[in-house]
Amino acid sequence: MKIAENTFGSKYHVDEKGFYGRFGGAYIPEMLYPNVDELQRNYLAILREPAFQEEFDQLLRDYVGRPSPLYFAKRLSEKYNAKIYLKREDLNHTGAHKVNNTIGQILLAKRLGKTRIIAETGAGQHGVATATVCALMGLECVVYMGSIDIKRQAPNVARMKMLGATVVPATSGSQTLKDACNEAIRDWINNPVDTHYILGTAAGPHPYPDMVTRFQSVISEEIKKQLLEKTGRENPDYVMACIGGGSNAAGAYYHFLDEPDVKLIAVEAGGKGVHSGHSAATTQLGKLGIIHASKTLLMQTEDGQITEPYSISAGLDYPGIGPLHAHLYETGRATFLNATDDEALQAAYELTRLEGIIPALESSHALAKLGQVAFKPDDVVVVCLSGRGDKDMETYIRNLPGNTGGNV
Amino acid sequence: MSNRIDQLFAGKRTGVLNIYCTAGYPELNDTLPVMKALQQYGADIIELGMPFSDPLADGPVIQDSSNRAIRNGMSLKVLFEQLKNFREQIHVPVLLMGYLNPVLLYGIENFCKKCAEVGVDGVILPDLPMDEYESEYKQVFEQYGLHLVFLVTPETSEERIRKIDSLSRGFIYAVSSSSTTGKDKDMGNQQVYFERLQSLQLKNPVLIGFGIKDKATFDAATTHSNGGVIGTAFIRALENATNLDTAIQQFVAGVK
Ligand SMILES: Cc1ncc(COP(=O)(O)O)c(C=O)c1O
Repeated sequence: MKIAENTFGSKYHVDEKGFYGRFGGAYIPEMLYPNVDELQRNYLAILREPAFQEEFDQLLRDYVGRPSPLYFAKRLSEKYNAKIYLKREDLNHTGAHKVNNTIGQILLAKRLGKTRIIAETGAGQHGVATATVCALMGLECVVYMGSIDIKRQAPNVARMKMLGATVVPATSGSQTLKDACNEAIRDWINNPVDTHYILGTAAGPHPYPDMVTRFQSVISEEIKKQLLEKTGRENPDYVMACIGGGSNAAGAYYHFLDEPDVKLIAVEAGGKGVHSGHSAATTQLGKLGIIHASKTLLMQTEDGQITEPYSISAGLDYPGIGPLHAHLYETGRATFLNATDDEALQAAYELTRLEGIIPALESSHALAKLGQVAFKPDDVVVVCLSGRGDKDMETYIRNLPGNTGGNV
Repeated sequence: MSNRIDQLFAGKRTGVLNIYCTAGYPELNDTLPVMKALQQYGADIIELGMPFSDPLADGPVIQDSSNRAIRNGMSLKVLFEQLKNFREQIHVPVLLMGYLNPVLLYGIENFCKKCAEVGVDGVILPDLPMDEYESEYKQVFEQYGLHLVFLVTPETSEERIRKIDSLSRGFIYAVSSSSTTGKDKDMGNQQVYFERLQSLQLKNPVLIGFGIKDKATFDAATTHSNGGVIGTAFIRALENATNLDTAIQQFVAGVK
């Protein structure tokens, strides 16, 4: 992992104050100041320690199973008339990219002397990845999860419990990811000394967006090496990823941010349609605001109350977007598309039948837009397959075309 | 010295009672009646909560009051309408307390101007960073004679407290323990912190908040400070009230 590089000064990296352009920062109440300040002052130094990098790399290799394969999807490529590669984050231990970040943060938490870990989760993948590293390190783990998500991602709730975590339902607001995050932040305010908050996406107060992005940047670091081996060139023409808060996308983009020839495509959750009133397509519906202590694009009412978002996918059901992505959107560096619930479902059924891979609902949003980009036949396209679909089986079965028939 | 907060502290240095109430709670049009009763029964300062959907620093009681106020139809626009002529009846200092997002969307300058127009004296925005206030907004606040009050906690370093003291106007809001509002943390072992604050001899008066709910906790908090702020306990008293006026009278009498 090339953590040591100094990226200040690059247009697409965080600046010294924690901003990407006009987005980012740390809009925290004073009660959070000591915790956030401690992280801000220490994270880069810790990430750069050779012993830290060694431990991180070793766990990613032997425990997570990295590098994750870069798979040439032949039948998918034929269908969309381009060279499509899938970055197989679904094959990681625990089933998604989330574990790259939790391994990094648990090592950091240990170095900061923390003994108690808290996290928020939407799809439950980040909760499982956090409960997993806490079991590995023998630390207490409390995971906040919206009551609605507890119902729709039941297998992951069971996994967290078996791993020894306490799962606390967030019953306020929309009872989804945003509210789980509120509760985790409140817990942190009430436990300012012994607790580290493992935030699961590239959002929240500085340094989280940058820290999470750096841990996830292993994704694009590997893509470069693997593409070179397979195609003779390091850079693809396109990188596509789904965006909830934006951690898998940030990791998949990271080493290509300053390579203007690589086109970055972000896919948000359109829900039942961007203008249906049931959507989570933040760049389309949002305005500048502050959510979870970060200044970014945010879905809100004309009075500045945060809107309750909607998506079939718990991991994308978030009314904000990480500040890096707000900046990539505003500068035009990344192109933002969105996929509806139905499009995501169809993409999941399609990948399953063409390639024998059942993707997570979140990742299916990225796959759903393959037909909407005007690829040339020689274009190399990398799609970040951020997770596997085990947790979504109930939704997939319920929505199978022909319903109870069982044939896709 | 035209700001009512400064006038108050010029005449009263001990036992200043600041009571928080969410605007538009329990019913939309209760804002003014609640303020009037608070003034009549002896609150020295009124802190009006601008309800926000995602109040990170608040516990369940104030969250619920905020959600209810939003459902009642409360917003900054409605609040400024309600406050249009309130100075004909209310003479105690009034602060607005809330989160940055609705204020940003309303426009900081617009917000300050409105506050000055209706007669609001100060503002508390816990998630507005000190540096950003200093570089971007301080001038606007000062131009409109509006005091911005910052928070300190038991975890805040002396160096930072000094910086906060230099930027704060009106008073400093000392949070009694690192917690969200309404947590029942023991005030007894906070005495060391209160004494430490007192020994710093800050230029601003200090009000202590979070965890004050009755006479005993108010007295404990105000031995080493200029006064205290009560929020959650007051909202609780309103929550179960059959008659607002009597509930407020009883509540204030129980603290003073
Ligand atoms: C498999 C998978 N992909 C994507 C996401 C979205 O998160 P992010 O945008 O941070 O990658 C999640 C979140 O739960 C997830 O579980």
